Amino acid sequence: MVTGHVYALTGAILAGLGLFAFIILRHPLRQLLAINVVGAGIFLILGGLGRGPDATDPLPQALVITGIVVAVALTAFGAAMIVRLAEARAATNAATRPDGGKPVP
Amino acid sequence: MSPLDLLVAVPLGFMLAALLSGRAARWLILPAVPAMAGLALWLALVPPDAAYLVGHWDLPLGILLRPDGVARLMVAATALVIGAVGLHALVDPPEKAGNAAQAETFWPLIYLLWAGANAGFLTTDLFNLYVTLEMVSLAAVALAAMGSLEAALRYFMIALVGSLAYLLGVALLVGRYNTVDVTLLSQVAQPDLATMLALGLMTAGLLIKAALFPLHGWLPPAHAAAPAPASALLSAIAVKLGFVILLRLWFEAFPAVTGPTALHVLGGPGALAVIYGSVQAMRQQRLKALVAYSTVAQVGYLFLAFPLVAGAPDPSGAWAGMMLHAVAHMLAKAAMFLAAGLMLKAAAGDRIGDLGGLAQAMPLTVTAFGLAAVSLMGLPPSGGFTGKFLLLNAAIAQGAFLYAGVMILGGLLAAVYFFRTLSACFAAGPAPREPATRGVCTAAPLVLAGLAIAMGFGGSALHNLSAIAAPWAAPGAAAP
Repeated sequence: MVTGHVYALTGAILAGLGLFAFIILRHPLRQLLAINVVGAGIFLILGGLGRGPDATDPLPQALVITGIVVAVALTAFGAAMIVRLAEARAATNAATRPDGGKPVP
Repeated sequence: MSPLDLLVAVPLGFMLAALLSGRAARWLILPAVPAMAGLALWLALVPPDAAYLVGHWDLPLGILLRPDGVARLMVAATALVIGAVGLHALVDPPEKAGNAAQAETFWPLIYLLWAGANAGFLTTDLFNLYVTLEMVSLAAVALAAMGSLEAALRYFMIALVGSLAYLLGVALLVGRYNTVDVTLLSQVAQPDLATMLALGLMTAGLLIKAALFPLHGWLPPAHAAAPAPASALLSAIAVKLGFVILLRLWFEAFPAVTGPTALHVLGGPGALAVIYGSVQAMRQQRLKALVAYSTVAQVGYLFLAFPLVAGAPDPSGAWAGMMLHAVAHMLAKAAMFLAAGLMLKAAAGDRIGDLGGLAQAMPLTVTAFGLAAVSLMGLPPSGGFTGKFLLLNAAIAQGAFLYAGVMILGGLLAAVYFFRTLSACFAAGPAPREPATRGVCTAAPLVLAGLAIAMGFGGSALHNLSAIAAPWAAPGAAAP
């Protein structure tokens, strides 16, 4: 039980750090990473608290694995959106700058 | 085979087919609509005890799908909304000028939304609900991104925080009770610190997803910027899943833990949302922003109903009122967004003052907007009226005059901003840019709005449907 509590406490600290970072950081990519740290913390809590006295309980393990799959998918999706937004902004900047886009007569 | 798993598996199959078939994906909506409508009808008719364990694993490992009244109503309304929106989008694909690829991405997303929403309405497993919540959020964010990437990214970040708060709550429950099934939790739940903390975290996360004031900030920009069919799905379906999971939590899993007075935690912000959303809607100059703020107000009614259900000696009336209001809002709001999309295509600009002359140019579309507004304002006869009437009745019977007053005020404010829009349509204006629209485009919002009105005549049948295996009827009766 004590080992489980160590994992859960570490997870709680990670989740808190991640949330702090999410609030103070502005760049979406950093925010996405911060959310991943929160997620990792929650998975540690889930695994740590769900750990039985001697044997490992399969239910929390299955939940953690599913959760990681969901987190990976969402991170990839978020990163793709951030890239798309950066491209769109670069295109707008190039079009509005005199030296980008079409040369100003 | 059972309608319960087919309702999730079939849209996922359509999603894969849509991904593989590229430009032809739009035609898949033609077989999808009758298939899903048939399944939703089958679900409405199955016996109440027809629960289904996915993969035949027993609880607590297995996942239970269960056809209670909430699931039957929401699945049917989802089929109607996505079906009508899909047929509308088949004729008038949602794309910006010069971006034909965008229309292709629309189709897999609506099937993903369909599968996620159906799974969310049917399941009682809190972790499985987390997965469905993410499926729906993913589809919703991608649909919102078709309009504005900035608004969608903001929605994505805030939705992720909501999901993780919910997941942390699930983790605490696993540690405390070693189960995540709602029916099992209702038998073992204790009012201790861990349970309260878990319930608080999950509720906060879900309120973000349901866009309840003051956590609604992401909704108006995302819903107003998306193409009309996408906005219709976001406002009608995506916010309802958070609401349904909160029903599961507060009325099914933890009624013994919370007690009726704790529900004012949801009812209070609900009442504020009705006032705030209505006032903001009155202040909007652009049509789609007005309709989006009306969603903020309408979501408020759903949560205002929570303490009314818990406080009533016989909750069946308030419960039916809450569910009828949810379904009527789905139909009417989807109709309104579709109609607004058509009106904005024909109008000179996106401001309400630019709508002049539309009543003559496109009478059927303005009629659809008007009928949807009748239901949203709560004028009789309509589903919105029946829902609000039952809730008002329950509020007055319990002496909850503050909630009753807020409901009446919300209806009056809705009348102000919808009549302002309608009178703008009847004003004289320049000739519309694109007066002719194709039949299905006009018919889809008209049918949805007509159904929202027709609900006013089918009240008692829907009342009985909402009561099937309701948590207040027989606690734990739905367990297999």
